[in-house]
Amino acid sequence: MPTPSRYWREIPQRYRFEANKCKNCGIVFFPPRLICPECKKREFEETKLAEKGKILTYTIIRVPPRQFVDQAPYAVGIVELDDGVKLTAQIVDCDFEDLKIGLKVKLEFRKIFDEGEAGILCYGYKFVPE
Amino acid sequence: MEGIIGYGAYIPRNRIKVEEIAKVWGADAPSYKRGLMLEEKSVPSPDQDTITMSVEASKRALKRSLINPADIGAVYIGSESHPYAVKPSGTVLAEAIGATPEVHTADFEFACKAGTEGMFVALSLVKAGEVKYGLAVGADTSQGAPGDALEYSAAAGAAAFIFGRDNIIAKALETYSYTTDTPDFWRREYQYYPQHGGRFTGDPAYFKHIVGAGKGIMEKAGMKPSDFNYVIFHQPNGKFPFRVGKMLGFEREQIEPGWLVNKLGNTYSASSPLGLTASLDISEPGDKILIVSYGSGAGSDAFIFEVTERIEKVRDLAPKTRELLEKNKNYLEYGEYAKFRKKIKKAV
Repeated sequence: MPTPSRYWREIPQRYRFEANKCKNCGIVFFPPRLICPECKKREFEETKLAEKGKILTYTIIRVPPRQFVDQAPYAVGIVELDDGVKLTAQIVDCDFEDLKIGLKVKLEFRKIFDEGEAGILCYGYKFVPE
Repeated sequence: MEGIIGYGAYIPRNRIKVEEIAKVWGADAPSYKRGLMLEEKSVPSPDQDTITMSVEASKRALKRSLINPADIGAVYIGSESHPYAVKPSGTVLAEAIGATPEVHTADFEFACKAGTEGMFVALSLVKAGEVKYGLAVGADTSQGAPGDALEYSAAAGAAAFIFGRDNIIAKALETYSYTTDTPDFWRREYQYYPQHGGRFTGDPAYFKHIVGAGKGIMEKAGMKPSDFNYVIFHQPNGKFPFRVGKMLGFEREQIEPGWLVNKLGNTYSASSPLGLTASLDISEPGDKILIVSYGSGAGSDAFIFEVTERIEKVRDLAPKTRELLEKNKNYLEYGEYAKFRKKIKKAV
């Protein structure tokens, strides 16, 4: 479970999809990095990931981690965004029989989980059919 | 002249029919459907709340406004279902759209009129020259007590409006507010479900305040019912908007385009604002629109807008409200609905 401080640190990525791009070799990192693992340079420019993409692969989670029990069964997929970046996220608002590789999806802001009845609410991105 | 520069709507995909609720409580579905003029209502998924719907509606408003979100100087969410008791909803919204940190943010509460309150204040700040752009959202995931008449109507949705001075799609010609202390509906601290005064929520509450605000704003603006192409009243059920419209001298044809309640339910703070988005979706340049909200407790905010030519340029940049109402629906059984709305007690 994230502490409020860890959740807070990830807000630019979880809320706004902020990434960074190596000025030398052009690779996009999400979450942003301080040093490019390819060229070891430290010069980056801020960028935002595309908010649309397509499903590369997916699975249905039926035995979820504790915080996700009320959401099960749910779909998790790897989505290739229109800018080529690939990332993992839940795919919601889609009946399982309609899920398919290549399905066009777009980002939506959702609650990811809450820390019980009294803890913080953690928000972030999921994907829905376009 | 100041006015709306962008608007956006959000409606969750889940629905529950009146028959499904009535079946559980042994109630007569046809008489509820007839009495409330209501067929089904929207239900949020477990991962949706006032904050998530506000973000999505606001992003759609941003698409239509074509502005830089960093230029928004005020962000307000009006709701009676803010997810936190202490911690603002508006900060999440402001952060998610990229309006932070140079922004004034507040959460409004006033039963079903919290959304138009935010609109009133955001528009006023723009008029005063305090902010370049102001964003106001009405959003709710309201709960009615199981078996109560409110359970058939309490629904979920959000509508967002960005106000500014340039590139206006609807000029704000007039505003008016009508408020008294009337305890027709309330929820005390730590109570899960609201209480209401039954028939007392009608004449001395809904009708008195909407008629007061409706007459007041038309008098202030020197306008009459026939001057308007569209009129939107708060929609707690299907019947009330038509009845109050008749009392004020409006025709059914002026009300119907923004009347969403029969398929949507009462989205509380988003109710009349969503009706406004549906009317803007189909309006023509020069059209005049009257919106009168109602919030128990009690008060009404009224606005008169005049649509400009810019509506035709930006209308198709985001989904239209009636499309959202009809698209990708998922009908729930009462058990799923009870789980989604956390009506089932679980072991800790």
